[in-house]
Amino acid sequence: MTGWRDGAMRRAGQPYPQGPALERELPEAGLTHLNRLEAESIYIMREAVAESDNPVMLYSIGKDSSVLLHLALKAFYPAKPPFPLLHVDTTWKFREMIAFRDRRAKELGLDLLVHTNPDGLARNIGPISHGSEVHTDVMKTQALKQALERYGFDAAFGGARRDEEKSRAKERVFSLRNAHHRWDPKRQRPEPWQLYNGRKRRGESLRVFPLSNWTELDIWLYIHRENIPIVPLYFAAERPVVERDGMLVMVDDDRLPLHPGEQPQPRSVRFRTLGCYPLTGAVESTAATLPDIIRETLEARTSERHGRAIDKDTAASMERKKQEGYF
Amino acid sequence: MTVRPAPDSFLLEDYLAAHERKSLLRFITCGSVDDGKSTLIGRLLYESKRLFDDQLATLERDSRKHGTQGGGIDFALLVDGLASEREQGITIDVAYRFFSTDRRTFIVADTPGHEQYTRNMATGASTADVAILLIDARKGLTRQTRRHALLVSMLGIRHVALAINKMDLVEWSEERFKHISAEFRTFSVNLGFDQIAAIPLSALHGENVVEPSSQASWYAGPTLLSYLETVEVEQKAEAEPFRMPVQWVNRPNPEFRGFAGFVTSGRVKSGDRVRILPSGLETSIAQIVTMDGVLNQAVAGQSVTLTLSDEVDISRGDVIASLERQAQVSDKIDARLFWMATEHLKEGDQFLLKIGAASVPARVVRVRQRIDLASLASVPVSSLGANDIGHVVLALDQPIAFDPYTESRRTGGFILIDRESFDTVAIGLVDGAVAEQPINLHVVRNNAPLAWIKWTGEQKRRSALKAMSWRVIGSVATIGAAMVLSQDIRLAAAIGATEVVTKLVLYYGHERLWARIRYGLSFATGQHSGGPQSSGAK
Repeated sequence: MTGWRDGAMRRAGQPYPQGPALERELPEAGLTHLNRLEAESIYIMREAVAESDNPVMLYSIGKDSSVLLHLALKAFYPAKPPFPLLHVDTTWKFREMIAFRDRRAKELGLDLLVHTNPDGLARNIGPISHGSEVHTDVMKTQALKQALERYGFDAAFGGARRDEEKSRAKERVFSLRNAHHRWDPKRQRPEPWQLYNGRKRRGESLRVFPLSNWTELDIWLYIHRENIPIVPLYFAAERPVVERDGMLVMVDDDRLPLHPGEQPQPRSVRFRTLGCYPLTGAVESTAATLPDIIRETLEARTSERHGRAIDKDTAASMERKKQEGYF
Repeated sequence: MTVRPAPDSFLLEDYLAAHERKSLLRFITCGSVDDGKSTLIGRLLYESKRLFDDQLATLERDSRKHGTQGGGIDFALLVDGLASEREQGITIDVAYRFFSTDRRTFIVADTPGHEQYTRNMATGASTADVAILLIDARKGLTRQTRRHALLVSMLGIRHVALAINKMDLVEWSEERFKHISAEFRTFSVNLGFDQIAAIPLSALHGENVVEPSSQASWYAGPTLLSYLETVEVEQKAEAEPFRMPVQWVNRPNPEFRGFAGFVTSGRVKSGDRVRILPSGLETSIAQIVTMDGVLNQAVAGQSVTLTLSDEVDISRGDVIASLERQAQVSDKIDARLFWMATEHLKEGDQFLLKIGAASVPARVVRVRQRIDLASLASVPVSSLGANDIGHVVLALDQPIAFDPYTESRRTGGFILIDRESFDTVAIGLVDGAVAEQPINLHVVRNNAPLAWIKWTGEQKRRSALKAMSWRVIGSVATIGAAMVLSQDIRLAAAIGATEVVTKLVLYYGHERLWARIRYGLSFATGQHSGGPQSSGAK
């Protein structure tokens, strides 16, 4: 499959390819589930761009963001996606993530905005010193609001999926936020026939979730089908980890204080989701290829956010974070 | 987490091939409050092994804290994910869940039962193939069941599973089951359902959900899951005429001008002649462009970018359509509305109407009828209250292209957007362009059963004829009575003529007068069934 690479490298102004490039003939039975998901996501992105003045794509570097970016390239081909990427950098991401982010943006020639909360930086807020709740609030939620306001974005794409978490299962594809970026679950707009209402009053903004109807398995099957580049941390390899409260934490740099007697052990691990490294648990695995990962996903007995510390802070914590403006 | 060693026989390609052959079924669950919808979904997910260990552990913990099952697992907590939902033990918004069996992939929308949140139920219903209507075996049909059935029918769902739940609380009485299913069949005879499958079950105990019930030996039908796995829903979108609303004009450079959109129905090949609506210009497809290459054809359900062989003026909201079986174009439409705002909808109200990718200012020219939920009869009204379903006439600032909703969901469904709050306040279905004939104000009675499928001009003529014949009969009777009493044919004729004129004028004036009075409007509906009422419920 050469699809996206060709598309991405082709410059605007050059002629687009003339047949016979039909790569995948329609199967006899019609469109597959992945075909339909892809088409729906593209439709959503085009609606959001058409109905907003200044859209942006939240790029978190994870697998969902990789799929979202790939779909954005498809939705506006042969043009480039008519919006920049925004990464809210907490400064605690895995180093491999940052390297991957910069490489991808350069390869694709896309605008990449990186924002870090300067107040948080000045106060040295971090997940270890301040705990995951404070860290997430200051370095993610507040930082995101700062960035959206600084650039005046009125619509932001995110890669959230409804199968991830219960309050996300309740969120609309076009999610209206008030001037304080708050989500009101009781005032959501009906979306019959995928007729999205992108109108908003001054100060209000939209979060748009093109991957709402995808599941974790769909994401992996699509990454495999489309050969989408992802951060190598998703593949199993020997990595130095310590075990804390049943969570395998990778020692990504020397900012992780080791408890007395604690010694990082090399273990074959991979990640099902990626976030700030001290808050993201690894899983023991030998799945080093996409087919291995798909097989693991099919047999998994725990949900993918199981390894995320921030989801467990308190009951209904995701809903509260969202109401406060978290993505 | 530990990963179980996979069998060596796992072959990804085989798995993918089987996975791609599975069909997708979208369904909704709806019913009144406390009928057990969320419990049913939770049970389906649990028994189809779609729950992870950590989710189960959380569920057990939550069940002890918020659960209504005395410490036992409360499956409703799986889907009622919002804090206020847990506090109140009700469902507020649609929850979408995903699961699959060996035969099918499912997207299920669990919709709220509260009348206040019916709008969220309608959202779930608009894209569903099948509706599961839950009924509490002890209560039977409620007002909300009827409203849901009507909305489900109106939104084009043709397959209904009548899940008669809590059968354990009526001792699995066959008589009770038969009574409820017969009552529903009688009620819904004019709602146009192709198939109604009544299933007795207990979501709480998991009987007839995935596993057959040992209690209902008299029931030989499928369990709910096997019904969902086998129900045949026609996927006809590809056989319909081609339509693609233009979402975005793609102009990366002066040489390329493409029109990006989602094919809502039919198929298109390069070289096909097409018409641009509403302008009516004719042109042909040059290429079907995607990042994966140029396609030789595109079908319903694909997102593509089309280039055309002529330089035609097209902007967002226009529809590219096939020449044969053309879409209609009009700036005045007959529509059915599901009104969702708390303020009443009145004649003269203005909105933004969004259909496909087009948004146009719209004005309510006339509110014609409201559908009475108990009898399904059309009742003449001059305004619609919250959660009412009725017929209206809308005038648009510019013509739009559309298909009658009964022919195409995606080009016949629209929303109305409030011009100040920008909330989505109504869900609408286009019935057709308004015929250029004045509508007789005296068409006040139309008790014909609902026929969503054939709401045509013929019925209006029929109603008009009925009204006229009634007027003639009334006048003749008045003249006759005056004749008998006064024995004077001229006086009788004068009385008859006066009656005709004054009644017309007075009736019109009276209607106008009442149209301004809001008193009692929301209570105007017949409260026939003892179902849960709107505002009383929190």
